[in-house]
Amino acid sequence: MDRIPILRMGKFLLVTIQIDLYDRLATNLESDLVNMVNKTGARGVLIDISALSIVDSFMGRILGNIGTMSKIMDAEAVVVGMQPAVAITLIELGLELKGVHTALNVEKGMELLHEKISFDEDTLDEADYENNSE
Amino acid sequence: MTIEKEQDVVPFRNRVKEHAVKIGMSILNQTKLITAASELVRNMLKYAGGGVTTIEVLSKGRENGIRVVFQDKGPGIKDIKQAMQDGFSTGKSLGVGLPGAKRLVSEFDIKSIPGEGTTVTIIKWKNG
Ligand SMILES: Nc1ncnc2c1ncn2[C@@H]1O[C@H](COP(=O)(O)OP(=O)(O)OP(=O)(O)O)[C@@H](O)[C@H]1O
Ligand SMILES: [Mg+2]
Repeated sequence: MDRIPILRMGKFLLVTIQIDLYDRLATNLESDLVNMVNKTGARGVLIDISALSIVDSFMGRILGNIGTMSKIMDAEAVVVGMQPAVAITLIELGLELKGVHTALNVEKGMELLHEKISFDEDTLDEADYENNSE
Repeated sequence: MTIEKEQDVVPFRNRVKEHAVKIGMSILNQTKLITAASELVRNMLKYAGGGVTTIEVLSKGRENGIRVVFQDKGPGIKDIKQAMQDGFSTGKSLGVGLPGAKRLVSEFDIKSIPGEGTTVTIIKWKNG
């Protein structure tokens, strides 16, 4: 296997990482997700890492890149299901996952994405309204 | 274990994990040890083109632990104090590997001779 499947669900892309990733798989995932956000105009990316027993600086950087690239393309990325031991270890290692949101599980992650995006759309609507009324 | 390519990283981490499980190390300490080991093995690949690792079980009184040694014949490190600082990197990276690995383990030792290579030794005690 050299690719991780990406599921499309409406405005969102979903990825479940089921094994400890070889670097090649991780970098493929990064570029596949970026391409797919770009192609589909997805507004949110949800990555479930509950099966990952380890996030080192390499994997941390990949997750951060996915977040940053998503932002550039007007999408939000959320990482869900991080094992408590992994979260504690990341902090002690000194790595912050900048650019990605985190949530406890898939359900909470979906809620977060919905909030972020409907908030965006509300402010957009208002901006339109102001423009129209000029 | 000989480390010479990126594909060796995951099997190496699994070997470290097997040892840690064997002595009954907690999940948290396992995670810290494996993460530190992962950083060091990556440095070995990135800066020295690979090297050799040794994993062994240690006992000191009633305490058990795991020792991992990373030995390479790469270019070595000129200024170890500088390399151990958070944020220092010659590889345009984050510079968290060495200082972060040190924080995650019980004992950390680094020896390097420019032109000859680098040896890093880490120990994680079961309850450390
Ligand atoms: N085995 C090694 N041989 C030669 N130089 C090394 C070795 N390991 C580390 N170094 C040097 O020490 C510096 C700091 O290493 P460290 O792991 O802290 O950061 P990094 O690898 O540059 O970044 P990161 O680990 O965050 O990706 C490296 O940039 C490199 O110059
Ligand atoms: Mg490093």
